[in-house]
Amino acid sequence: MRKLSARLSARLSAGRRRRVAGLVVVASALLLTGGTYAVLSPATAQDDLAADAALVDRGRELFLVGCSSCHGKNAEGIMTSDGTQYGPSLVGVGAAAVDFQVGTGRMPLAQPGVQAPKKDALYTPEETRALAAYVASLGPGPAIPEETKYDLEEVDEEGIVRGGQFFLTNCTACHNFAGAGGALPEGKYAPSLSGVAPKAMYEAMLTGPQQMPVFSDQVITPEDKENVIAYVKSLEEEPSYGGFALGSYGPVAEGMFAWLLGIGALVGFAVWIGANSVRSKKGTKA
Amino acid sequence: MAVPGNEDATLDPHSAQSGDPIDNPGLPAHRPRPTDIDRAAEKRAERQVAGMFGLATLCALLFGVAYFTLDIGEDPDTFLGLGASNLALGLALGLALLLIGVGAVQWARKLMSDHEIVEMRHPVASSEEDRTATLAALRQGTDDSGIARRPLIRNSLLGAVAALGIPAVLPLRDLGPLPGTVLEETVWKPGMRVVNDVSGLAIKPAQIQVGQLVNAEPAVFFARDEEGEPLLEGPALQAAKVKAAVILVKIEPEQINALPARADWGVEGILCYSKICTHVGCPISLYEQQTRHVLCPCHQSTFDLADNAKVLFGPAARPLPQLPIGLDDQGYLVATSGFQEPVGPSFWERGDR
Repeated sequence: MRKLSARLSARLSAGRRRRVAGLVVVASALLLTGGTYAVLSPATAQDDLAADAALVDRGRELFLVGCSSCHGKNAEGIMTSDGTQYGPSLVGVGAAAVDFQVGTGRMPLAQPGVQAPKKDALYTPEETRALAAYVASLGPGPAIPEETKYDLEEVDEEGIVRGGQFFLTNCTACHNFAGAGGALPEGKYAPSLSGVAPKAMYEAMLTGPQQMPVFSDQVITPEDKENVIAYVKSLEEEPSYGGFALGSYGPVAEGMFAWLLGIGALVGFAVWIGANSVRSKKGTKA
Repeated sequence: MAVPGNEDATLDPHSAQSGDPIDNPGLPAHRPRPTDIDRAAEKRAERQVAGMFGLATLCALLFGVAYFTLDIGEDPDTFLGLGASNLALGLALGLALLLIGVGAVQWARKLMSDHEIVEMRHPVASSEEDRTATLAALRQGTDDSGIARRPLIRNSLLGAVAALGIPAVLPLRDLGPLPGTVLEETVWKPGMRVVNDVSGLAIKPAQIQVGQLVNAEPAVFFARDEEGEPLLEGPALQAAKVKAAVILVKIEPEQINALPARADWGVEGILCYSKICTHVGCPISLYEQQTRHVLCPCHQSTFDLADNAKVLFGPAARPLPQLPIGLDDQGYLVATSGFQEPVGPSFWERGDR
């Protein structure tokens, strides 16, 4: 064994003396560093969508017809004359943002408003993919997450509990403790999370659509995002053991129910108890 | 016609009363109910009341059945998406109580005597004999005890009773001590890392994008001592957390309108503010990334994070305190000092600060 290693080190040191050896070491170190960076670097790099030139061209055609009137012919965004944004620039928003906005029907907008509502998707999945490829080709941004990132099958109970902690810390302020959504100022709102596809939830956290803040993969890791999604999905399956949840809106809905129906019924009984009962006109017998 | 047990009342208010200020106050004539004169109606009402009481019995029995048959264990039964056990127990008990009540009201309305009764007012004062007797007894007690003749006993008794004030008042001291400066301090100190809440991961500026919100905590909440035990846990952790929780946001630097003294309190547009609302201390992280407003879900106080967390709306009286942040030698976000004003709601000793 010792003999072998001695022979090996002798051969290596002989190699090191060759003139090209330095070059080889530098080149392989560079390759290794670059490769490691490419693998481990933040997922802001473009995925292969933007590399598909045909898909990008198809997406550009769709974009010019359906999106450019607000977002500009090169997706550079359009400002109104009084300096407000008509349609924001899409450079660098990434394929994930397009997949979320178009895939959930929020874009294209039916009419201008404080917030784009969720509706039936207007584009087919292939068209959405082409649009995403075009926007991804404009600048690096978050890519559409792979299915393995929101595979809820692999989340165990511990993961769901951990997801619940993240949910209660980061999401409930707007989306309510049961994910039922809630109101924001000036007619804006945080939508209900019930029935939302895991992929859309992942993309929303990644890209921060509309007023929602971004929760980047470096701060809330992909595993934790998966746990959050699994927790939200577990809420959907949770039966309402205590009785009618009244939309899970909490004290407002429950208070209205108690005041109108509960106290209303009590008033009804009070009126019944105090009302004069039917009297006979036949006169007394007793 | 006198009412048994109540000599002042009379069953027939329509007849003239002795001593009545008005002979006939004009009360409407008493008219019988159908159940008073119709034997069949009376029987029907009787059956209704008894039926309701019977149903109440049945509901109480159903409660027992539901208690033993419906599962409340690990995987409770559900009915229409509701917990079957809770639903059945609640409905059975509620209906049992309701039917007893409704039956009793129906009984009173239909079958119990409903003759009007007049009850006369009478003076509130005791009678003259009672008053003389009480005063005499009191006077005799004073004489027999001799309290007026023995001032030593009287005064020492008064002193003893007054001294009982000491054990009554002294334990109130245990309500203290006064909080001192506890309300003005948090666990933040220079060089402490700002870490992600729940996971405890340290954060580098490059990991935060414009529009991002990070619910963060001081690193000490996740620190462990040599034996692997958390440095802070239980009530101590909660007490520290209610003051030290923060939010990190990243805003385009040109949109930040920082006070001159706070020019270097952020890192590349990343700002750190207390998460505790200055109104009544709700945790506040309802953040609109486009307007850069953060809202308190309790009373809708609104703060502009791009403008030193100025109050835009709502009952909060002062901006959210800002935590100055910088980078440590490994490039992670750290506090460069503690909070420079008390966090959270106002308190008496805080004054105008």
